[in-house]
Amino acid sequence: MSDRRYSVEESGRPAEFPPEARARIEKILSRYPTKQAALLPVLWVAQETFGWISKEAAEEVARILELTPAHVDGVLTFYTMYNLRPVGKNLLQFCTSISCHLAGAERLMERCTKRLGVGLEQTTPDGKFTVVEVECIAGCDRAPSMMVNDTYHEPMDEKKLDALLDKLSADA
Amino acid sequence: MSEKVLLARVGRRDSRSIATYLEDGGYAALRTVLSGGWTPEKLTDEVKKSGLRGRGGAGFPTGLKWTFVPKDTKGKPVYLLCNADESEPGTFKDRLLMEEDPHQVIEGIILSSYAIKCRNAYIYIRGEFYLGARILDAAIEEAYAKGFLGENILGSGYSLDLTVHRGAGAYICGEETGLIESLEGKRGQPRIKPPFPAVVGVFGCPTIVNNVETLACVVHIVNRGAEWFAKTGRNEKNSGPKLYCVSGHVNRPGVYEAAMGLQMKDLLFGADYGQGMKGGKKVKAVIPGGASAAMLTADEIEDCPLDFDGLAAKKSMLGSAAIIVMNEDTCIVEAAQNLSKFFAHESCGQCTPCREGTPWLHKVLARIEAGSGRMEDIDLLERISNQMANGMTICVFADAAIAPVLSSVGKFRDEFRYHVEQKRCLVGAGASRPELVTA
Repeated sequence: MSDRRYSVEESGRPAEFPPEARARIEKILSRYPTKQAALLPVLWVAQETFGWISKEAAEEVARILELTPAHVDGVLTFYTMYNLRPVGKNLLQFCTSISCHLAGAERLMERCTKRLGVGLEQTTPDGKFTVVEVECIAGCDRAPSMMVNDTYHEPMDEKKLDALLDKLSADA
Repeated sequence: MSEKVLLARVGRRDSRSIATYLEDGGYAALRTVLSGGWTPEKLTDEVKKSGLRGRGGAGFPTGLKWTFVPKDTKGKPVYLLCNADESEPGTFKDRLLMEEDPHQVIEGIILSSYAIKCRNAYIYIRGEFYLGARILDAAIEEAYAKGFLGENILGSGYSLDLTVHRGAGAYICGEETGLIESLEGKRGQPRIKPPFPAVVGVFGCPTIVNNVETLACVVHIVNRGAEWFAKTGRNEKNSGPKLYCVSGHVNRPGVYEAAMGLQMKDLLFGADYGQGMKGGKKVKAVIPGGASAAMLTADEIEDCPLDFDGLAAKKSMLGSAAIIVMNEDTCIVEAAQNLSKFFAHESCGQCTPCREGTPWLHKVLARIEAGSGRMEDIDLLERISNQMANGMTICVFADAAIAPVLSSVGKFRDEFRYHVEQKRCLVGAGASRPELVTA
């Protein structure tokens, strides 16, 4: 785990939820006996709304749920799927846990970072790609497995990876 | 091959919709119980008689767990949490159940909620299962529309609300008290037990946490009877249909259903299952129950029934029934290093022996793997391991983290020694990081 997972960055802009996000949050709150229990789902709304969760967004979530900003930061930095800084349009997540490892996942991930010219947890200058290494994503029978944003791509191989990167690079 | 029960509808056209589920006899178990005058106690008794043991990893008897909810809850509500945090490396069965047959899971949740008198249930699903969460949300909406969820289900007076709750990336949230903490909107750090969740669980209320596959089994116990379930499988303590996840160096990885107690060799080599080793290679080692389970050698998989007691007899465990197969070209040091990476990454950081021990195991294994290990490092791995587990920590994560280390060092010591002495792998091929293993 990178040390950067422990800091929540400022965006320099106030984070205010648009009306449709507010409506989603209200609906979420109706499903739980405490406001705090809505924290993970509301952080998901924040991430879907802003693309990542800034200090300002975390503080806004804390205000809505009547929690301390410190509590929200503690939760935010514990879970690996909340983006603590902006990520590329395509978040490429390579699983390198045992079954994917046995299928050569690291070689595939290296091929990807080399081609894109970035390291892990870095974003390409055009803002299109961020590459991260993740632990088991339950795609072991289709190893090596990877995800682009919310979608699984499996089983992967070099040819498929190249085609995928070609396609995503061409997309506006 | 035995008849498919849990996977019967996988592959059927439009298997996710409530229309096809009803066509195939779905929600019949719910009618049997709610319209047939079953009391919650009768349902619990049936589940006890069936011998159903939890499919998430621990194998605790499900019916017995349910009886731990106090009879008088002093006005507190009871919660059922469906554990869909499936994160044990090698495990992918619950993903299949939720994505392909969500109503089977939902029906199991409604039945189980009725048994423990729960009014509010949650499905805690790992964040990566975005598709699964969407499918479940749609299926829950269908179930509400048909009156299987919500107020006064089937006119029985019983009411239940069900909500999908997405996690956000943390293996430890599959541990039941970590899951409870996470659902409460906190870091998923396990709680000290007792009190057990059945007495003090989520929101301070009695709570039952059951795995997806466990809950799905309840549907079939009602439909086919406890006796049928108890007779399916090797014996009454290892009963019922079971899903096995096969991955690694076999020809056909996948999720397979069989009666509990299938022989390991049949699962790996059978025409209906794994269909043998890729490229005709030999088996070197098999992890039978996910990353947390001790590795078995090729000799040990002879006469190896895949069930709770069969694997306990081999000093490993069924766990989440994740069978990871490694062929003769696999470097065991490298595999152990990879497994230790997982645990170092996922330790929640709450208990010092685990927080400090897991990265140390990984560092030592990585230096042996990289060719800069010392002979005493092999003993050091065992020493660190023995200081981490067996009650030194709040939860069993540390016990899980040392299982692959102790079993690989114990059973493949020669490979570790060779690595230290020769600064390279005992096996020539198969290493996926060749640049790390050249002297």
